[in-house]
Amino acid sequence: MKVSETLYQALRPLTESLLALSIGLGFGALLIAIYRYNPLAGYSAMFLGAYGNLYSLAETISYSIPLALSSLTFSACFRAGIFNIGSEGQIYMGAIAAVAVGSLYIGPLGYIHVLLAIGSSAILGVAWSLVPALLKIYRGVHEVISTIMLNWIAYYSTIYIATNILVDPRRPEKTLSVLESARLSTIVPGTTLTQGVFISIAIVLLYHLIFSRTVMGYELSLKGSGLDVARYAGVDIRKITIYSFILGGIASGIAGGLLVIAKPPTYAIYGDLGNVSGYGFEGIGVALIGRNNPLGILAASILYGGIKNGGRYMEYQAGIDSDLVRAINGLFVIALSVPELLRIIRRLVRR
Amino acid sequence: MISRILWRLSLYISMLASLLIVLYIAGISPKAVIQAALLAMTPLALAAAGEAINERAGMVNIGIEGIFAISAIAGVYAAEIFGNGYIGLLVGGLAGASIGLIMSLIAIYGRADQVIIGMGLNIVALGLTPFLLRAVWGFPGLHLPPREVLIHRIDIYGFQLSVVTIVAILASIALYLILNRTYLGLWIKASGESPEALDAAGHSVNGIRIAAYTMGGFLAGVGGAFMPLDFFGAITKEFTAGRGFIALACVISSNLDPLRSLGFALIFGLADSLAPAIAVTPGMKERIPYQFILSLPYIVTLLVVAIAVKGRRLPRALGIPYSRE
Repeated sequence: MKVSETLYQALRPLTESLLALSIGLGFGALLIAIYRYNPLAGYSAMFLGAYGNLYSLAETISYSIPLALSSLTFSACFRAGIFNIGSEGQIYMGAIAAVAVGSLYIGPLGYIHVLLAIGSSAILGVAWSLVPALLKIYRGVHEVISTIMLNWIAYYSTIYIATNILVDPRRPEKTLSVLESARLSTIVPGTTLTQGVFISIAIVLLYHLIFSRTVMGYELSLKGSGLDVARYAGVDIRKITIYSFILGGIASGIAGGLLVIAKPPTYAIYGDLGNVSGYGFEGIGVALIGRNNPLGILAASILYGGIKNGGRYMEYQAGIDSDLVRAINGLFVIALSVPELLRIIRRLVRR
Repeated sequence: MISRILWRLSLYISMLASLLIVLYIAGISPKAVIQAALLAMTPLALAAAGEAINERAGMVNIGIEGIFAISAIAGVYAAEIFGNGYIGLLVGGLAGASIGLIMSLIAIYGRADQVIIGMGLNIVALGLTPFLLRAVWGFPGLHLPPREVLIHRIDIYGFQLSVVTIVAILASIALYLILNRTYLGLWIKASGESPEALDAAGHSVNGIRIAAYTMGGFLAGVGGAFMPLDFFGAITKEFTAGRGFIALACVISSNLDPLRSLGFALIFGLADSLAPAIAVTPGMKERIPYQFILSLPYIVTLLVVAIAVKGRRLPRALGIPYSRE
């Protein structure tokens, strides 16, 4: 009994995530069946499209890069008890910064151009992320409202810049492509998987170290476990709030930057932001499946990246709208919002 | 007390009047702006009045955006089957109420984090809307309900007014009176401020909270169905465009007061209606970028919340599931 209980506690986060995944996919299959599509055909197309061969696996990992980074934004704040859903807007800002810097010929820089582009993405991401942080600290504005409003403001500002200032004169539906020197090259030929994957893994590991090994990371989780606890421990609440938003802004800004400089074939933003949108909200589900732990997020992002990548095949082969995968992601979030889910199900099974 | 209210009211009306005069000089018809503002106000006011009661009872629903989207689809679907827009509104409301009921049951008995579950609903709706648009009507991204099922507007000497707008105003007033003048209102406030006391007095905290959440869902559902059936006459992929969160901004800015939130809904409705008005006005549309005009409602919301929200006090037990010690 004792051993099984310890094992149960150790495996609990994993079991809960798997349970949420099966609930989400189960309801998804139900929805597919209600509208007289074939759930089996849909899901097999999805999983083969996601993990069927080296090519599709590479594509899945390519999809998971921005997801992992945007979910770090959510996690950095969620660990501190802040519900930051502004990743979407920060990604747009990071992307437009990468286009602006990456399409500019500064000189024969080589790899420094890449660093400049990523750095400017991170800076603009942080700048956009600091607005809700300051509004929260000085005006008491709840971050759910401020970040959503800023997402929409970022959406329209980015469209304006993309279609008026940085527009490609030969192809007005997209921005200028970044120059060769600012691009990251592909590592699996014929796919969109580039060296960007190394950058994103490095950032995930860095955040893991920050969360688990630094004073800042410890103070983040102290604040997350309750304001009183943190105050008694002498944590500066304002400082920690700012730090969590800065960490968030860096991750999402770079996510946006990588969507431009590390995503063939366009290396640009489309005028409707089609190739950079959606990742911010989907990161919330990924963060929760990964239990807000960077290593868990890495696994969860490859899993959800696969669902997202394979979702396109579900659309080609079974006629099911690929946006359904976003609804499934939302179901993951709802299932994971219930902390007692596992215990409730255990009780039902025993009965 | 009454003289203070009248003084405030006359202040707001004169501010509104001066805004309209400025617009008139700029070449925008004040009548068109007010008509559009009242339409844009309606879903915000309905959802905000319901959510104000819900938060007073101690529950948070940030999934209004998702309820808007899903109930709009249910409402249009029903309106087309029955050939009647009012049935569509009702079914939209019932869809919102059932979503609210389910969410409140999960939040209360599953002790779920109410913010996460609400955001989960929003993400579900983000994917479900395009999926259902294609699955139900077979066309991706857009559906136009036939003209016959759209709600008729009342015409007062050439001024077009929607019945739903009147319903929204009456609902806000009624909820204000219930909250401040009845025992039920007292129980609702107790459920948010000191659920232990309400429980000790022999009333069900969870019962009140589930009822408030479901009612809030119903009103948001009517507001959602109102958008395609009256306001825009169409459903698109992301037609809610953050309005669910603007409704939350109304609630927070008004300090959880259904009547004041109606006033904030009008402010945000004005910001929403100015955008299309400016976009077609000669002389202005060339000078101001279109995308800036479209982001005006969000900028106004952010500014208004930043000005209004400081020093607001929320119910003590907001967002905390109740259990007997």
